[in-house]
Amino acid sequence: MVSTRRDAVIVGGGHNALVAATYLARAGLTVSLFEQRDRVGGGVCTEEVFPGFRFDTGAHRIGHLHPAMVADLKLAEYGLQVVPSDPAVFAPQPDGRHLLLWMDPAATIESIRPFSPGDADSWLEFSALVCRLAGFLATLHSAEPPAVPRPERRDVGTLVRLARGLRGLGRDSMTEFLRVLPMSSFELMDEWFKTDALRGTLAAASVRGGIHGPMAGGTAYGLLREVVGNPAGVVRSTLRVRGGIGKLAEVLAAAARAAGVEICTDSAVEHVLTNGGRARGVVLESGEEIAADLVVSGAGPGVTLSRLVDPAVLDPEFLRQLRSVRYRGATAKVHLALGELPDFTCLRGDGPHLRGAISISPSIEYLERAADAAKYGRISEQPYLEAVIPSVADPHMAPPGKHAMSVLVQYAPYHLRDGQWDSARRDLLGDRVIQTLAQYAPNLRNAVEDRQVLSPADLESRWALEEGNIHQGEMTLDQFFFMRPVAGWSRYRTPIDGLYLCGAGTHPGGGVTGLSGFNAARRILRDR
Amino acid sequence: MPAESFDAIVIGAGHNGLTCAAYLARAGKRVLVLERRPLVGGAAVTEELFPGFKYSVCSYVVSLLRPEIIRDLDLARHGLEILPLESTFTPLPNGDSLLRSADHDETRREIYRHSPQDADAYDRFGRLMYRMALAVKPILSMAPPDPTSMSLKDLRGMLRFGKHFRDLEQEDFFTLYKLMTMSSADFLDEWFETDALKATMSASGIIGTFLGPRSPGTAYVQLHHYMGEIDGVFRAWGFARGGTGAVSDSIARAAEGFGARIRAGASVERVIVKDGRAVGVALENGDTISAGLVISGLDPKRTFLRLLDASDVPADFRRSIERYRMRGSSGKVNLALSELPSFTSRPGMGDHLRGAISISPSQDYLEQAYDDAKYGEFSSRPYMDIVIPSLIDPSMAPPGKHVMSLFVQYAPFELNGGWNDEKREAFGDAVIDAVCEYAPNLRDAILHRQVLTPQDLEDEFGLTGGNIFHGDLSLQQLFFLRPAPGWANYTTPLRGLYQCGSGTHPGGGICGAPGRLAALRVLQDTRW
Amino acid sequence: MLPGTPLHERTSALCLGQNWRRWAGHLVASSYELNHEREYWAIRSTAGLIDVSPLHKYLIQGPDAERYLSRVVTRDVGKCDVGRVMYTTWCDAAGKIIDDGTLARLGEDSYRLTSAQPSLLWLHDNLAGMDVRIDDESDSLAAVALQGPNSRDILKMLADSGPDLDRLRFFRLTDARLDDIPVTISRTGYTGDLGYEIWVDAERAIPLWDSLMTAGGPYGILPAGMLALDMARIEAGLMLITVDYVPTHEALLESQKSSPLEMGLGWTVDLDKKYFVGRNALAAEAARGPEWMFRGLDIDWNSLERVYGEVGLPPLVPATAWRTSVPVYRGGRQVGYATSGCWSPLLKKYIALAHLEASAASPGTKLEIELTVEHRRKRAASTVAELPFFDLPRKRA
Repeated sequence: MVSTRRDAVIVGGGHNALVAATYLARAGLTVSLFEQRDRVGGGVCTEEVFPGFRFDTGAHRIGHLHPAMVADLKLAEYGLQVVPSDPAVFAPQPDGRHLLLWMDPAATIESIRPFSPGDADSWLEFSALVCRLAGFLATLHSAEPPAVPRPERRDVGTLVRLARGLRGLGRDSMTEFLRVLPMSSFELMDEWFKTDALRGTLAAASVRGGIHGPMAGGTAYGLLREVVGNPAGVVRSTLRVRGGIGKLAEVLAAAARAAGVEICTDSAVEHVLTNGGRARGVVLESGEEIAADLVVSGAGPGVTLSRLVDPAVLDPEFLRQLRSVRYRGATAKVHLALGELPDFTCLRGDGPHLRGAISISPSIEYLERAADAAKYGRISEQPYLEAVIPSVADPHMAPPGKHAMSVLVQYAPYHLRDGQWDSARRDLLGDRVIQTLAQYAPNLRNAVEDRQVLSPADLESRWALEEGNIHQGEMTLDQFFFMRPVAGWSRYRTPIDGLYLCGAGTHPGGGVTGLSGFNAARRILRDR
Repeated sequence: MPAESFDAIVIGAGHNGLTCAAYLARAGKRVLVLERRPLVGGAAVTEELFPGFKYSVCSYVVSLLRPEIIRDLDLARHGLEILPLESTFTPLPNGDSLLRSADHDETRREIYRHSPQDADAYDRFGRLMYRMALAVKPILSMAPPDPTSMSLKDLRGMLRFGKHFRDLEQEDFFTLYKLMTMSSADFLDEWFETDALKATMSASGIIGTFLGPRSPGTAYVQLHHYMGEIDGVFRAWGFARGGTGAVSDSIARAAEGFGARIRAGASVERVIVKDGRAVGVALENGDTISAGLVISGLDPKRTFLRLLDASDVPADFRRSIERYRMRGSSGKVNLALSELPSFTSRPGMGDHLRGAISISPSQDYLEQAYDDAKYGEFSSRPYMDIVIPSLIDPSMAPPGKHVMSLFVQYAPFELNGGWNDEKREAFGDAVIDAVCEYAPNLRDAILHRQVLTPQDLEDEFGLTGGNIFHGDLSLQQLFFLRPAPGWANYTTPLRGLYQCGSGTHPGGGICGAPGRLAALRVLQDTRW
Repeated sequence: MLPGTPLHERTSALCLGQNWRRWAGHLVASSYELNHEREYWAIRSTAGLIDVSPLHKYLIQGPDAERYLSRVVTRDVGKCDVGRVMYTTWCDAAGKIIDDGTLARLGEDSYRLTSAQPSLLWLHDNLAGMDVRIDDESDSLAAVALQGPNSRDILKMLADSGPDLDRLRFFRLTDARLDDIPVTISRTGYTGDLGYEIWVDAERAIPLWDSLMTAGGPYGILPAGMLALDMARIEAGLMLITVDYVPTHEALLESQKSSPLEMGLGWTVDLDKKYFVGRNALAAEAARGPEWMFRGLDIDWNSLERVYGEVGLPPLVPATAWRTSVPVYRGGRQVGYATSGCWSPLLKKYIALAHLEASAASPGTKLEIELTVEHRRKRAASTVAELPFFDLPRKRA
């Protein structure tokens, strides 16, 4: 058994872990990162699933990467190009119409107008409001949660910044922020719009990745989260990475290596060594032991603290909280190898509408009914779908003339009421996705040459996502900010000294933004 | 009619209007209360619907009535007696049941029978909720400060708030935050495993809301229903001798004792506004009565959208009131019985009939009841909270016979196709069918039946949307947001016009706090 | 209707005054005779038979049982050999007492934990990562305490073959047959006297009771109720949960909680253990010294005579133990509070158990305790005493 020593060991090679590792290495620490898979990036990965067909098998679009991080790590120099799709969202409707949300608000308004002139007229005011509110949310996201209910002296800066941000909204928007946050996205939509297509398309963004339907309280927050980082007036955006999302993983890995991070793939961490309540290093599945006084885990809170650490060294009160973290993944991924592009009845042929996200979310009721199934542990009969076809913009993602379509599917609950996720249930889910899409693009049924279905159970086993939750924990208000991942431990620390969390399970949560890794690295360096 | 002059006119002799009038009269003001119906009480009335059978027609239990009101107005002297409701009985479809009684040891043993761990958890949970109620209590007895305001008064209030929260134990603070943001089902899941126990406890999280127990926001409503318990013994739900009308009658007598005038059968058509100031009211019969100020105990929509000309209400305020949610979700069935129901799980007479009988066998049951309602149908198998007041107060029914009150949820106000006589009867039948699954003899024991749909509650009792709490008890409509941002302190944008109904802080239930706090605000504002 | 214990058929027939109280959801006799005094004296001079079936009893078994219990309780379970019983506390992470009870090692991987409060949830809260099974035996296992100088002789009458009870040492246990009824006997008790607790299947509890009463007749056995037990345990300096301290999970305020160090139970806290719940907090508290101490108060008789004498009465002492909070002063300042007390018929002393600020807790410190004499508040001189008040060699001999 070889024993080596590092200043810091990073568990997992997800994008947040790469970010954290890079910052630590740049601060002069010797850092090794261990990833169980054959590549880094975690859920940020492009894989050739079928010969010639490459899919973004995890996340299929990214959020707004933290600009300071992009600059610090010189990601552009390593070849990162983030391109907003325009239109961002194409929402075909059952009645043969369609809605397009463009980057240009004027174009969006024109798309809404045939549905409802009133809604079209409300758009500017609505988008201005949500962008303003999301602006404050962005401040919250980049801040480290203060100690509550009794802030520490060093929190004063954060609190002042937050208070100023909130007050800076002006009294009306501040009220709106506090009022809107706990609302359901259904209620918010109800206050603004009448068009089912528009209500559904916006509400869809609010329930992505969760188990709740749009009529559940707190989902309006999900909608605001989707707006964070968007240019003024843009409610929904769809960002893609040129060359496939895996390119981002490559770029981050390159930046990490350049900073001196040792990246070890195919090296699963078996457990974290602790002694007297302190982290002492890790043991790999190979049996190799790496000593380090600093262990930073990109895995979720439950994986890290009850699987990688012997829970017997943790206080029962903490374990109770840890057990109470809600994951309940209800999102599945379906990857379709297509012989031809889908031909939507409502908007025929190829066109810009195929470059962004295609959202099957014709109404709030549609989404809510899809979510009802999940409440009782069933797969939605008519699921909510968000599809992207990266091969339209990046032809190398599929063989010439063919296309690779990635579909995010809700609701497919991790906890099925009867039975487990097996191949029969995966097939059922795949069939439902194709049936649903074919209602809008009938040619799709025959265009599918191959398909891969990743159930929440598959997401869990691939990327160690607990209960298949793509955000390493529900992104609800009760698991937000100083409550994430568990109350009292929102500052990336854990009850084990020297063991930190840096994954999406920490504030500000899921989405490909790198913020959790960025915030965690900042906290770790400050603690040293 | 002789020109009488009044300092204040209170519109609506609901228990809050009466409370407000009583406090004003006690302070020496000349107060006139105007009530549309022939009897006072609003939704807290006792009526002899069938010869010899008396009913608390709408509101049927008392727990939240502020003890300071009972003391200040000396309500016991005016005939108020609140008899304890001793237990909560949940019959189960498998022939078992869950009975929580006033006796701790008995309840513990009963819960233990269902789950030994839950028996322990029940005690810990009870203490936790007690502490939570203590933490929230100060908020209930004051006008909520507006965090968005820069006024000295609000800032001072926020400071006091801030201090209050800083002084909380960390665990209590986090729990409070969770209660504000979680669903009651999730909150209870952290503690219990017995489905029927969780369902029955979470039922208090849906009363008066249009949400299912799995929707975030319901945990707070559950806490709201715990509030009454901190001033007396644990689970201090009670039943007023003579029905809830006795509560109103005692307050009315107290008010009259202080010199207030109460006129029933006097329907206010509109508030007279002169130069942006409320100066009196016009009755439906054409009379006008002037007064120094006008206080409305009606719900916000009725007050601001019906009693006032649109031109008298500022547009943004009007918009706030328009979007204020009053989604009625419940109905009421009142039965006259020839004999007591005999439950399969506990046949015959017993203490279990003296308390609340809760038809809430499982969380799925409640959630499915909600699913029906959110798509515009009444629940085919509804949640019910049933009491048999004649067992506690025999004067409510002829000797040997009984009255039974069934609070039923969900019954949406906006029923598909609208409510009519046929739907009302179908709803009543669904209710009886659902109870008969547990107490088959009930069907033949029914001598008379009254069914109140949300439409009836609006038509008969002036509850807009049939909402029993004058507005959904959801977080975005509570505290400084109830009923509208900036106007949660009982004042309105119109000088001389105040509000004192359940649509103001702290909200619904036979609580009296809005009426009392409104009166205090009026007295503070005016120097007569 | 609250259930009686498995012995209710017998105890209810003996309970002359129908004088019942609640204990852990059961009805138990406060006293059997109309006056409890003879029952107290039985415990001290012959033998008292006490129904202690309401105790919560948990059987904890499995390969990780020792590791698990080491985590939960404050004592070093590794030192508990098979056949040994340990008195221990267990704490929350903040080092405040959740409960106290006895832990008996029945076999290599098998323990029985008794507790005054229901503990199942807490025991389960600590299960993460442990191969352990917990069974609640509270209802299926009955227990009687046979306490007093004659208790050994009575047991020997019934256990003529089997283990040598003379060699069953203090805080040890053994399996045995009493009058052919299979039981477990532990040399433990809550009286500070020579005594045993006998654990038996609930169905065999009544025959066991009958055998003990029959065999004990010549030795002066008497059934004893809670009132007598309460006096004996105060003399023995044994604290009672919810009376002398508030268990963490019932506290409404932080200040209501107590740590084992504050309760004088520092000896049950083994800080050398690697981890147990509350270790860090207790180590820190041990380093800085506890702020409170739990001590005996010996209330000065001359002072009582004087205080009562002022109103023309001889000292009046309560016939039963009291369990209310009574202020304790030094000079003019309150330095603590007594939580239970009684007249000790044996010591002929008026004694109390008290929480005292550490600075006022050294044995021998002169303090004053409040008492109400003819409706007026007075203070009587009292002296801080080491616990127990009553400690005879026969307890452990």
